[in-house]
Amino acid sequence: MAKLSENATKRNIHTVSLVVANKPGVLVRIAQVFARRGFNIDSLVVSPTVDPKFSSMTITSRGDAATLDQIIKQSAKLIDVIHVSEHKPEEAMEVELALYKVKGKSVTKVSISKSIKSYQAQIIDIAQDSIIIQQIGSTEELDTLEAILKKYGLVEMVRTGKVVMARGKEST
Amino acid sequence: MTTKKQSAKPMNGAEALIRCLENFGVEYIWGLSGGAAIPIFDALVGSKIKLILVRHEQGASHMADGYARATGKPGVVLVTSGPGATNTVTGIMTAHMDSVPMIVLTGQTISSMLGKDAFQESDIFGITMPIVKHSYLVKNTNDIPRVIKEAFYITNTGRPGPVLIDLPKDVTSATFTGTTLDPEMDLPGYTVPSKGNKNDILKLAKMFKGAKKPLLLIGHGAVISRAGKAIMELAEKLKAPITNTLLGKGAFPETHPLSLGMLGMHGTAYANKAVISCDLICSIGSRWDDRINGNPSEFCIGAKKLHIDIDPAEMGKILQPDASAVGDARLIVEELIKHVEPLNTDEWLKELNYLKKQYPLKYSHEKGLTAQYVIDELFKVTKGKAIVTTDVGQHQMWAAQFYLTDQCDYWITSGGAGTMGFGFPAAIGAQFGKPKDMVVAIVGDGGFQMTLAELSTAAIHKLPVKVLIIDNKYLGMVRQWQELFFDNRLSGVDLEGNPDFVKLAEAYGVKGFHIGKVEEANAVLTEAVNYNAGPCVIHAEVIKEDNVFPMIPAGKSAYHMIIEPPKTKLEKPTGST
Repeated sequence: MAKLSENATKRNIHTVSLVVANKPGVLVRIAQVFARRGFNIDSLVVSPTVDPKFSSMTITSRGDAATLDQIIKQSAKLIDVIHVSEHKPEEAMEVELALYKVKGKSVTKVSISKSIKSYQAQIIDIAQDSIIIQQIGSTEELDTLEAILKKYGLVEMVRTGKVVMARGKEST
Repeated sequence: MTTKKQSAKPMNGAEALIRCLENFGVEYIWGLSGGAAIPIFDALVGSKIKLILVRHEQGASHMADGYARATGKPGVVLVTSGPGATNTVTGIMTAHMDSVPMIVLTGQTISSMLGKDAFQESDIFGITMPIVKHSYLVKNTNDIPRVIKEAFYITNTGRPGPVLIDLPKDVTSATFTGTTLDPEMDLPGYTVPSKGNKNDILKLAKMFKGAKKPLLLIGHGAVISRAGKAIMELAEKLKAPITNTLLGKGAFPETHPLSLGMLGMHGTAYANKAVISCDLICSIGSRWDDRINGNPSEFCIGAKKLHIDIDPAEMGKILQPDASAVGDARLIVEELIKHVEPLNTDEWLKELNYLKKQYPLKYSHEKGLTAQYVIDELFKVTKGKAIVTTDVGQHQMWAAQFYLTDQCDYWITSGGAGTMGFGFPAAIGAQFGKPKDMVVAIVGDGGFQMTLAELSTAAIHKLPVKVLIIDNKYLGMVRQWQELFFDNRLSGVDLEGNPDFVKLAEAYGVKGFHIGKVEEANAVLTEAVNYNAGPCVIHAEVIKEDNVFPMIPAGKSAYHMIIEPPKTKLEKPTGST
């Protein structure tokens, strides 16, 4: 895990999680804080929380740490934002889900099904000349499988973006 | 409207809205009517709130702003949808940049037409999102009281800022069936820092120990929190000199011996030299903006930097402070006083007093009537007691330099936004809020022409606002830059064809005065200051090509200050504006 963290720091990738009030416009307000300061949002996940009044957001973004500090503070200032924090990989569980569509003959399918086993992936749909594979794992694990599947004829891919939960007593 | 029979009738949303505004003590609404807002204007008939009809919605927004800055109470604006709403955008941005409490009510097309390009539909909620503290698009009539209550709370607590409320016509027309006009607020994400963390304040106090050349920098936050008395006590206990930002004028009297006046791009030479040589600088409610620091990496090198601000996002935004406290400036300073000891600053004050004598602000009559002289005379004639509003440009800087401010709320200017056209309507708003005070708008010939239609508004209400037009027939600040940095290649600055402002005033039924010569200034200003039958315009035709000094070129630090007109060509500035 420590190695992954180092990797993420090198690429200046940050994972920010927010708890927000379910009010109209809140997503736009947050996106504006990021965009104004030149941060591209790589992935964004919005989901309900235990309390239906609030939603949780996980944003993965790229940029320098000083600017990120401003982004966090400016986001926290928004009236509808309850809580914002950046998560280091070692302090939180970070998981992503991906779907891959691979074209190929039955022979290929068999060899794929063997090679994906060690990547927490499974085939969830089999069509005449293509299959859909589902994978759940870390961003890096998804990146690795993606590279492998490209060799087999990867034609489509969709990823959810990271969802994050703080470990132990900490709340996200 | 308030007879028993009618009050028993069910209210509609607009009536509930106006009732809520009355309950919050709103005295005035500045606005201009239009289709989508008709139900709200209808509900104002018979209300004790006075509706001030403006001639352009931008004027309404600046009037509300001027009122808010003069009184500390939020200004309220009411306009219609579409262009009515977008015309307030400049005013909202101006209030946002300078942390001014303001509530902007915009009519909107009916809910079922939202997003369908209805007549006069504009997504004002979306358009203004980056320039408001918060905003609402009200979907249910019964939400109106909660939204209004939250808006008043948000706009004027913490770091103040404008709140926009977009009100579809069907929402204001429908019957209000709620049970109360005073519901619970629903703001789980909004907290207001108040007195600051005790340990942080102790750390600040510790930093002062042993400082030989301390400097207090006070900004708008000090004015907003009414920290004047506390700052006076702190400065006198520490024996520390004080400099203020443009918006900090008045939080500490500029006529006080410890005051160095304004610092920054067009600040006094001695304030900027103090910035260079201080060993500690403590900002109270300023945000170290680029007019002040010039270049953050060269600002106060070697000095300890302390920062007091109510907005946690200001910490480290421009400068990384050595110690800081987040909270209300007045409360933090009051606590800080208890923990600091007097410093030995005799040498430092001696040095600064020498600089004050060596580099005074000055002007001469050599070339004719100058803006500086007119403003200086105005200061003397009014004994420094007027509430002064300004527009933006050279006259603004000269007003800041020569019209010294001794009290909070007596200096109203568009600082962060630099909005031309602000000064005159802001003066109208200030005069409504402070009817017993003398209010003078010092404006340029360029800015005044952007919002002069409000002469009608001032005339109708017989407001004794005085408008001093510093007319140099140029957009002078840009002309100054072009002269100094662009080989005097003048482009887009010549205001040839200015009207005769005295005749223009008279066309509105407004008294006009004229100053053309040095010898006339005192007598004309005296007469104008004593004219209280209604508004008056004082048209001062000053020399055309004069420059504001001192000047620190944009993007440069105080080390690069130009005190005298330069004789050699200057490099183009690296800073933005």
